[in-house]
Amino acid sequence: MNHLLDERKRRLSIFHEIIKKRPIETKPVDIPDGVFTQCEQCNSAIYNKDLEDNFEVCPFCSYHFRISAAKRIQYTLDENTFKPLFEEITSKNPLGMPEYEDKLKKGQRISKMNEAFLAGTGKIDGQELAIGVLDSYFMMGSMGSVVGERITRLIEYAASNLLPLVIFSASGGARMQEGILSLMQMAKTSGALNLLDEKGLVYISVMTNPTTGGVAASFASLGDINIAEKSSLIGFAGARVIKQTIGQDLPAGFQTDIFQLEKGQVDLVVFRSHMKQTLSFLLKIHHKESKS
Amino acid sequence: MTQIEKVWERIKLARSTDRPTSRKLIQTLFPDFLELHGDRLYGDDAAIIGGLATFNDMPVTIIAEEKGTNTNDKLKHNFGMPHPEGYRKALRLMKQAEKFRRPIITIIDTPGAYPGLGAEERGQAGAIALNLKELMVLKTPIIVIILGEGGSGGALAIGVGDHIMMFENAIYSILSPEGFASILFKDSTKAKEAAHLMKLTAEDLKYFGVIDEILMEGKGLNTNPTTGFNNLKKALVKQLNKLTKTPINQLLETRYNKFKKMGEYEESVKKNEQLND
Repeated sequence: MNHLLDERKRRLSIFHEIIKKRPIETKPVDIPDGVFTQCEQCNSAIYNKDLEDNFEVCPFCSYHFRISAAKRIQYTLDENTFKPLFEEITSKNPLGMPEYEDKLKKGQRISKMNEAFLAGTGKIDGQELAIGVLDSYFMMGSMGSVVGERITRLIEYAASNLLPLVIFSASGGARMQEGILSLMQMAKTSGALNLLDEKGLVYISVMTNPTTGGVAASFASLGDINIAEKSSLIGFAGARVIKQTIGQDLPAGFQTDIFQLEKGQVDLVVFRSHMKQTLSFLLKIHHKESKS
Repeated sequence: MTQIEKVWERIKLARSTDRPTSRKLIQTLFPDFLELHGDRLYGDDAAIIGGLATFNDMPVTIIAEEKGTNTNDKLKHNFGMPHPEGYRKALRLMKQAEKFRRPIITIIDTPGAYPGLGAEERGQAGAIALNLKELMVLKTPIIVIILGEGGSGGALAIGVGDHIMMFENAIYSILSPEGFASILFKDSTKAKEAAHLMKLTAEDLKYFGVIDEILMEGKGLNTNPTTGFNNLKKALVKQLNKLTKTPINQLLETRYNKFKKMGEYEESVKKNEQLND
């Protein structure tokens, strides 16, 4: 058995060598826009249709592209089962921060969401759950008052309707434009998770690229099961700040999904193509009769 | 003095080396303090000191961020920037306090949680997160004092409680003004302007409901801490008396609702709800 594994490893390493030696496609200038996408990791030109059919994962190097909350819902839930919640809660500019309204509008335009957190209910293989998704295209998925409130209400909703909870994080951290109020959302969301403990309900946190700062240091790290999606940057402080502070280079692979797995901070690393079946299994293991 | 200058003066006072650190406050108000060490997992982080004391004959648990006083002392305490083991020590001692129903008094004075390699490897994010969750349901009164600098998640990790007090010249913010300026203006030298925009003074935070009480400093803690510490003493007597008499369920409900209310947003009435009416 072992020699088979060794053989497989050897072949894989040959394969990786070949991949590395592949001529790197630089900007495909002669190819019309919207047909190919260049991989952010291996620089390969990927046919857009292939990228779409492959969960937005590079077929050459398995780099997981960032995806929108809507795509995430599409990949994760059974078709047409998503029902949004708390969309009526929207942002103000409590500190009167200059240009904040413009940034919100820009975020809305780019992400096609009214805030960075999409909350709702849905089904995975017929199993009902409460689900939340941060969208990194909306102001880097940052958590201000609205994101914090929606998350807290989603937790409360799951607790009172006896639903399991899955939250996909993709965030640079707390939203600077709302200052101290953003910081307080860390305490609010983390504290609310106790409601699920009281009811014996499972909370699965999926950290995707990126999950850092105040989001990593609150609800995203508190899952009964913490999953890191492949190709994710996960950590508390930014690499640049750490480098400045300690005055030395950081090791290769610092703050990646594998780093967090090796340091014991996440339960498992999951490829996007296996995410739904992994969640489905975990929901089955933790099955409870819901109210509805 | 312009408003911008006034805020900047506050920041200078909050960070100044002549401002008394947690150790000094503990010596003054809790002379019988007995320090307890270690997180039982990895080590003992001197950026957070914890231990036992009596206050008016009542046993209390003290958790404090300590910046250190002179150069050697500052190095020893890592300038008040805790590692995960500091937060885990704090949680261990707070759970111990819960077991014996001892009130907890935490003192915040930190530029922030330490951004370092070891801190990341040992789960800085997870350590802070767990404290936030656990403190919300800890079955004993928690009183929080912001003494100097309240730096972001590193401060909040011991800052969830029933009564949150802040000294007049202390600051509490999501990030340092320098860091904020470099993110928002892409220019860290605009820290003064950033500080003004950030709303990080005691008055601002009282207005937003982030703190419950401002402790006046008289001539200023930096010059003469007597008045400020006396005011703190009076406030502690009052709050300990009140909180220890509050039934625990009510205490926890109030604590949760206090944090639940933090944040500002618009909420429009849902269309289908209007139809249902």
